[in-house]
Amino acid sequence: MAEQKGMTLNLKIWRQAGPKEKGEFLKIQAKNIIPDMSFLEMLDVVNEELVRTGKEPVEFDHDCREGICGACSLVINGNPHGPEVATTTCQLHMRKFKDGDSIVIEPFRAKSFPIVKDLVVDRSAFDRIQQAGGFITANTGAAQDANCIPVPKKNADLAFSSATCIGCGACVAACKNASASLFTSAKVAHLALLPQGQAEREERVLKMVAQMDAEGFGGCTNTGACSAACPVEISLENIARMNRDFLAASIKHR
Amino acid sequence: MQNVSRKMGWLTSSVGRKQLIGVTGLGLCGFLVAHMAPNMLILFSAEMYNKYSHALISNPLIYAAEVGLLLLFLGHLVFALRLSWMNWRARDTRYAVMSNGPKRTAWAQRSLWAQGLVILVFVILHLITFKYGTHYSVTYDGVEMRDLHKLVVEVFSEPAYVIWYVVALFVLFFHLRHGLGSSLQTLGINHPRYNCAIKVASWAYAVIVVGGFLSQPIYVYLLQRG
Repeated sequence: MAEQKGMTLNLKIWRQAGPKEKGEFLKIQAKNIIPDMSFLEMLDVVNEELVRTGKEPVEFDHDCREGICGACSLVINGNPHGPEVATTTCQLHMRKFKDGDSIVIEPFRAKSFPIVKDLVVDRSAFDRIQQAGGFITANTGAAQDANCIPVPKKNADLAFSSATCIGCGACVAACKNASASLFTSAKVAHLALLPQGQAEREERVLKMVAQMDAEGFGGCTNTGACSAACPVEISLENIARMNRDFLAASIKHR
Repeated sequence: MQNVSRKMGWLTSSVGRKQLIGVTGLGLCGFLVAHMAPNMLILFSAEMYNKYSHALISNPLIYAAEVGLLLLFLGHLVFALRLSWMNWRARDTRYAVMSNGPKRTAWAQRSLWAQGLVILVFVILHLITFKYGTHYSVTYDGVEMRDLHKLVVEVFSEPAYVIWYVVALFVLFFHLRHGLGSSLQTLGINHPRYNCAIKVASWAYAVIVVGGFLSQPIYVYLLQRG
């Protein structure tokens, strides 16, 4: 195979030894980066070099590396998941950068997402929001016959588009208020649009909003930064749906 | 952090507080129209302007209206400041680089709280200047009343005051343009069939209200200045 001439990139990577430690940027060059590499593969190359020279590799979250698990994070030059819309960091390719580019890599920053180490943040606050009501209590048993439970096609599509939220937390990272409204609302809307979700609809929205607030996330000021940064383009319509369900539930609940 | 496992009171939740800010904001939007439209009488005659002002302040219901207005204003202000403070604290370390490209949001959307503070200063100065300003008298048809027109002309003859007024109104423009649509979103109104109309209405409302208010000092400065 012919030798591919790689790019050289000037990186500034956030390094922080632990949750309470003071962090700072590490300046490092990434060499021989092939345009077809993903952003995470580029970091793998950087880490291999760090290990080779006896230094500690940079910690970052990743799992499936095919854009569906929501594990990868990173704020790249100020943009959660990088400059491309509707893309996770693992699906961001180095061809989107030019040889000699400077890239600043930061963790998702929010009080409710404390930094564990380097670029890894603790996103378990999202799990607790989900646990507060993002489920159906009744045992649903095995899958029913198709059309046993009538769901209008439009509702099925809307519920599905809400359910595509992978819970990565880019919405919190992008929001100037570190608000978790887009995530919470997607989870609320997903079940609110389906017949199976109706029984606990009021309780769900009240409890999930309560947990969201208790976690210390900020409030929504409708700037739309969350939806712009979202790798699966969850719409602001979800937040409106959560808002009106919350208002209705606040009035009706016993 | 544990699961709190409780339901939320409306006014103790971030969503409920935002809805209160939205509702009070919409109320204040109504007030702005009721304030701007009759003030356009200044373009017609001093007598019409003064007679309207006299009719307004001599109506006993004005006190109830003033209390209501004050509550709207304070509710909007206090809850918005509280929420802004909570929002500020939700991120303890700031990013080194600002977002850019398609993921960037507009400055006007990110600074609603700052716009609100400029408007607060404006409203306080505005009340001191006009409501509690110099009391001139004039008599029409044997009825003695306040010559507010004289005071307005006097104030708007000062270029510095006109400039400050214009600047504050531009800030109000951005606040209203975002605020109207934002209030509806917060109250849960977002539907593909109506979103375009809401956007157009927010723009139109902001242009009409701010345009109306702007026309008054500019008209006085250019044409009425003694």
